[in-house]
Amino acid sequence: MNVTIVDYQSGNISSVINSFTEVAKGKVNLEVTSDIKKIKFSDKIVLPGQGSFKNCIDSLNQIKGLVDTLNEFAITNKKPLLGICVGLQMFADIGYEEAETKGLGWISGKVSKIDNQQGKFKLPHIGWNEIEIQKKSKIFKDIKNKSHMYFVHSYEFIPKDKSVISATTDYSSKIVCSVEKDNLFGTQFHPEKSDKIGLKIIDNFLKL
Amino acid sequence: MLKNRIIPCLDVKNGRVVKGINFVELKDAGDPVEQAKIYSDGGADEICFLDITASNENRETTIDIVRKTAKECFVPLTVGGGVRTIQNITDLLLAGADKVSINTAAVKNVDFVKEASKKFGSQCIVVAIDAKKVSDNKWEVFTHGGRNKTGFDAVEFAKKVEENGAGEILLTSMDKDGTKSGYDVDLLKTITNNTNIPVIASGGVGTLDHLYDGIVKGGASAVLAASIFHYGEYKIKDAKEYLNSKNVSVRL
Repeated sequence: MNVTIVDYQSGNISSVINSFTEVAKGKVNLEVTSDIKKIKFSDKIVLPGQGSFKNCIDSLNQIKGLVDTLNEFAITNKKPLLGICVGLQMFADIGYEEAETKGLGWISGKVSKIDNQQGKFKLPHIGWNEIEIQKKSKIFKDIKNKSHMYFVHSYEFIPKDKSVISATTDYSSKIVCSVEKDNLFGTQFHPEKSDKIGLKIIDNFLKL
Repeated sequence: MLKNRIIPCLDVKNGRVVKGINFVELKDAGDPVEQAKIYSDGGADEICFLDITASNENRETTIDIVRKTAKECFVPLTVGGGVRTIQNITDLLLAGADKVSINTAAVKNVDFVKEASKKFGSQCIVVAIDAKKVSDNKWEVFTHGGRNKTGFDAVEFAKKVEENGAGEILLTSMDKDGTKSGYDVDLLKTITNNTNIPVIASGGVGTLDHLYDGIVKGGASAVLAASIFHYGEYKIKDAKEYLNSKNVSVRL
């Protein structure tokens, strides 16, 4: 199996590479690239994302043909794709970080700043928080409800169709922290930084 | 509910741990990678390396340690000490650090914080503030291990780095550091009340109760400690169980 981590020159993806490499050892052929030919022919894609929504979208758009290739992979061919953090947020139609920015539009919804209740909750939301599983998701196989995952973000994805939500976490409100829609998977938390339990999620995705 | 974090810190000099854990079972007591792994396996919520290497030539050694540690520890890794340029940050992040902590360079030029957070995102920019009490409820920012005065008021400076995009503040009391008499709770409280980003408490931990004070009385989101974990006096697990028994939520 060929799995590609999309390296679109935005933010720090070393930890994503390290943990996927650890889990993939000897089982999966892992590539880290922005080469659209390689992406086209992979079996699965990991779309990481750090920094601002706008920055990530701009970086995707800077690589010629990348967005079209991702659309074809995820929407036309319906092959498995995992978005992490801003990688998940970009599934939305629109994001409001820095400036109003059009997203990939794969799962209808918006990305806006967490309402921290006039400073009652510190932002960014940094650290370990429990996930509350809302529906069965393939990447949650053998993951217990209320498991701790590592978060670092100030914006949240609000999908229109609530049935895509596979887990939420409690921080000022119930924040969407994981989605599954057909072949699309996304986590707001960082499985690559969430200790053994996070590696298990990565393993679940690689075994799909 | 968001958990309070416990962060062990390892001081690294020329590639070796200088103030590290002194467990008998260690094969190499000076190996930072092995020690980080023990902490991470023991339930540390993050790992912090403080690079106290004096010369620039040996920085490559630190990068190498970060690279090796990041391949074995799958919890967040913060690296501080000598972070002065965008290139320094790029090198550390590429090696596998998740966050960098900026100290003197932020004091010298707060625009550097802005530039760094714009380029890499606030999530990986921690500003380390070393503060010393100068009068009642007044603290000043110092650099170089408390030797150099800066003239900046700690509260004003904390607000300023927040405005400039810092994602977290690592706050060390220079009066308390190394004393094992507890955090400067008043300093912590003042800074946490005046900022809206998470504050990591540092400097002075001698007992598990001090960790409790930092979180409950000082309002810190995370507590950093070095020496209480170094000699196996307490394990990370002891600290977490203690806090949990006092109704402080931690990741168990």
